[in-house]
Amino acid sequence: MPLKRMHFQFCLQTSYKAAIKVSAALKQGHITPTELCQKCLSIIKKTKFLNAYITVSEEVALKQAEESEKRYKKGHSLGDLDGIPIAVKDNFSTSGIETTCASNMLRGYVPPYNATVVQKLLDQGALLMGKTNLDEFAMGSGSTDGVFGPVKNPWSYSKQYREKRKQKSHCENEDSNWLITGGSSGGSAAAVSAFTCFAALGSDTGGSTRNPAAHCGLVGLKPSYGLVSRHGLIPLVNSMDVPGILTRCVDDAAIVLGVLAGHDPKDSTTIQDPVKPFVLPSLTDVSKLCIGIPKEYLTPELSSEVRSLWSKAANLFESEGAKVIEVSLPHTSYSIVCYHVLCTSEVASNMARFDGLEYGHRCDIDVSTEAMYAATRREGFNDVVRGRILSGNFFLLKENYENYFVKAQKVRRLIANDFVTVFNSGVDVLLTPTTLSEAVPYTEFIKEDNRTRSAQDDIFTQAANMAGLPAVSVPMALSNQGLPIGLQFIGRAFCDQELLTIAKWFEKQVQFPVIQLQELMDDCSSVFENEKLASVSLKQ
Amino acid sequence: MPRFPPSLNSSLDLKSILQHLQILWYLFLMHLCLELCRIGLSKKAFEAFHIKDVWNWPWQLWNENWNLNIVHYIFQNLSLFVQVLNRRCVEAAVMTGLALNCRINKKSLFDRKHYFYADLPAGYQITQQRLPIAVNGSLVYSFCAGKNRSQVINKTARVKQIQLEQDSGKSLHDDLRSQTLIDLNRAGVGLLEVVLEPDMSCGEEAATAVRELQLILQALGTSQANMAEGQLRVDANISVHHPGEPLGVRTEVKNLNSARFLAKAIDYEIQRQINELENGGEILNETRSFDSKLGCTIPMRDKEGKQDYRFMPEPNLPPLLLYDTESLPAGADPQQVIDIDRIREQLPELPSVTREKLVQQYGMLPEHSFTLLNEVGLLEFFQNVMKETRAEPKKVTSWVLNTLLGFLKQQNLAVSESPVTPSALAELLNLLDRKAISSSAAKQVFEELWRNEGKTPAQIVSEKKLELMQDQEALEQLCHAVMEGHPQVVMDVKKGNPRAINKLIGLVRKATLSRADPTVIKEILEKKLAS
Repeated sequence: MPLKRMHFQFCLQTSYKAAIKVSAALKQGHITPTELCQKCLSIIKKTKFLNAYITVSEEVALKQAEESEKRYKKGHSLGDLDGIPIAVKDNFSTSGIETTCASNMLRGYVPPYNATVVQKLLDQGALLMGKTNLDEFAMGSGSTDGVFGPVKNPWSYSKQYREKRKQKSHCENEDSNWLITGGSSGGSAAAVSAFTCFAALGSDTGGSTRNPAAHCGLVGLKPSYGLVSRHGLIPLVNSMDVPGILTRCVDDAAIVLGVLAGHDPKDSTTIQDPVKPFVLPSLTDVSKLCIGIPKEYLTPELSSEVRSLWSKAANLFESEGAKVIEVSLPHTSYSIVCYHVLCTSEVASNMARFDGLEYGHRCDIDVSTEAMYAATRREGFNDVVRGRILSGNFFLLKENYENYFVKAQKVRRLIANDFVTVFNSGVDVLLTPTTLSEAVPYTEFIKEDNRTRSAQDDIFTQAANMAGLPAVSVPMALSNQGLPIGLQFIGRAFCDQELLTIAKWFEKQVQFPVIQLQELMDDCSSVFENEKLASVSLKQ
Repeated sequence: MPRFPPSLNSSLDLKSILQHLQILWYLFLMHLCLELCRIGLSKKAFEAFHIKDVWNWPWQLWNENWNLNIVHYIFQNLSLFVQVLNRRCVEAAVMTGLALNCRINKKSLFDRKHYFYADLPAGYQITQQRLPIAVNGSLVYSFCAGKNRSQVINKTARVKQIQLEQDSGKSLHDDLRSQTLIDLNRAGVGLLEVVLEPDMSCGEEAATAVRELQLILQALGTSQANMAEGQLRVDANISVHHPGEPLGVRTEVKNLNSARFLAKAIDYEIQRQINELENGGEILNETRSFDSKLGCTIPMRDKEGKQDYRFMPEPNLPPLLLYDTESLPAGADPQQVIDIDRIREQLPELPSVTREKLVQQYGMLPEHSFTLLNEVGLLEFFQNVMKETRAEPKKVTSWVLNTLLGFLKQQNLAVSESPVTPSALAELLNLLDRKAISSSAAKQVFEELWRNEGKTPAQIVSEKKLELMQDQEALEQLCHAVMEGHPQVVMDVKKGNPRAINKLIGLVRKATLSRADPTVIKEILEKKLAS
């Protein structure tokens, strides 16, 4: 027994780091899927105050775990993800499980089908722990604007951050000073960051996966547009939406991408070419690589800390023999405005389906259909969504279409061409910041409105969506405040594997520290303490 | 809330004014919508899901008290999908385009058209506004005019474009309970919209053109094109103007569910517009619906105000690329590409060709060829009779078009419901052809067959003793007896009254129970009278 217990603890300890390792532990029988599932469920309960989950699908997860366990006993595991707990952003349709988009409009909506990406994960034996919180309809960059309330960043409660704060000896109320996760996939980021699961699906329209990944010290991957099916992802901006992947290491992101990638007859924009499952090689030599540093990304708003880490990263590549060159993406400054026009236009179009008739919320007004539409939409959508619908419809009006929408489409082409030019000049991958600074306290964040925040926070990320390129945020180091800072790599279209290979090399070099949450766990979990798991698993 | 059209206070009397129509005024432009998909399996044009799953999903009524109930709600949980295109719909569009002599665009684009309407689940319709799948075609139709409708006039309506669209649901307005019911069964089904140029000038032309289109679609198998079932729907855009002046303001008439109503609605609308203008009024660019009971068009109140459809490119559907033999990429998977030339090769015979063949092969009158094709199944019936009979094509045509069709019409039956089978009719015509029965006896046999008591024509003939008297001697005796019995008539004949012999023939026929050939009787009588 002691031996077995030791194994279990050991594997949990390592497993907190990466799905790939817990997968090995499952295969070797050091831990069973049910044990793993129960452990994660208990952490979910302990971290409930983070507000990472909208729905916890405990029963479903336990049942899936039981089935996974049977497979392992028979020696028929389905693969690396069999028995691995995952979470899914609440804008992916899940059969039989409420899918709300954090909006009153879809409260109580239970889809009859699974999104293709969800189905693919389930087919691999993954355990669905629940649906994670977000900004309403994924419109936002803080995960603060959903109907279920804001998501709290687990790093607010980390030993690393708390110690720094004590040094500074601010005597403010600790509870009111929690940090935002970034967004809009903040719930997914918090869920992975707080060890409630090993990987989570986010969605990425302008940076919604990479932004919270950077703020929560995770790997956040936005695959190439067309590589992963959007079927069942409740649409925001069809021409930019991509399912995103949040994990604790690059290898995990690669495993999940390997499962998700490929043609889907239900999504015409997915590529027809078969996608081979890939194992990331460990890069030892970067001397043949050319890293581009886009000079336009050096904006005045960039915090000095992020800036110096960015330059440190460039130096790291250079010192290991890679060619690091400054490149220009001349249309970058138009990108965020252009993104705003295209995004709101498609939002206006996609939100038209929520009229109170077919699904979701319907108001009580029955004077006329028009009055019912208006009241339903006023009650169902928050200010952010309504504001975007309004501006989007303005841009699509007959008299404005040419001046706004068509022009924005043209600029979008120029932005995409900027990337093509750079990549054609021999650059393998671009290295940029993911965010302007580290995560800020909620009280600070809400001083600006959602639109301003989104415009600021998407500045480095939305261009990849405009051009359909793969991009990944990798955590690099902790700031002076003890908070994670991530950097972004942008690759050539459909060269996701190469992108991840470079990200993996970088991850290995920087050795980003694991979040230390024992205080949080101690505070909140006597069970955890009793089982002596917290200290074992979270020491490091 | 879409409201039920208000009823008119008085019916309008138009007859007195309909006269100065054709010369001074024209109407123009018709949009024809026709549904493409035939049956279940690939029913949704833009929605990819297993139909089975959908049907398993339970029905649900929303807020019983609410006056806008969802009757059936396939879409309720499903229109959050991204859309994909159904290959079969694209093929059908290409076929139709080719049959209407269109240029097929090798690249076509999809757009979203936004408007709020209770039966439009996504809040927008996917259509092809900028670059449709086919353009610049023509629809040639002929209609019979003149005395006895024996003069066939060929007309051409130019086809502006053919576009692929998504159908919406169906609103059913329940005036009594002041509620609207929405049937979403057909929402998302593929529609092919054919837009014709303003080349038609009266209701009958429009109805004939639509009929021809219907036949073409049925021949292609792209639609059953049944107007009553909404498989083919016509919206007519009508305007009037003085010759030489630009086209007037047009109105759109909806709710036309038969060719007859189409013709009626157009003629009504032309007259209404003329009246309006002549009384100093103006024509509003509005949508009107046709009330078949009142026979008039009424403004539809729910589409008040100008709509800005806020068109934008459909981001979920990449440009639709079609190929021909030349442009077909080497090694392309036939399942992934559509080859226009291959579809062209497989195009079935079109109705105009079929009619021409009938005229040439059987020496049929052109108007008869129209009737044969216009009735569903009648051509096949005719051809089946032809296969089994030695009778003259003209005779067969006459029997099929007059006798059979007359009986069918009288009882309001479809050709497929005819109690007389093609073989039975063929057998009957064979008996007639070899003079085994007289034509009046043949009519009698046909009536017996129509009663459908499972007897063959031959059985009926023998049971009813309808065969012609072949016994020359017996016939001569009968003639003799008749002549003896009517000396006065015989005298008349001998006096040179040429019509008197007909009376004798009639009397002999009566004596034979109409079983003798009048020409044979006449021969015998003449011989006897001459002697």
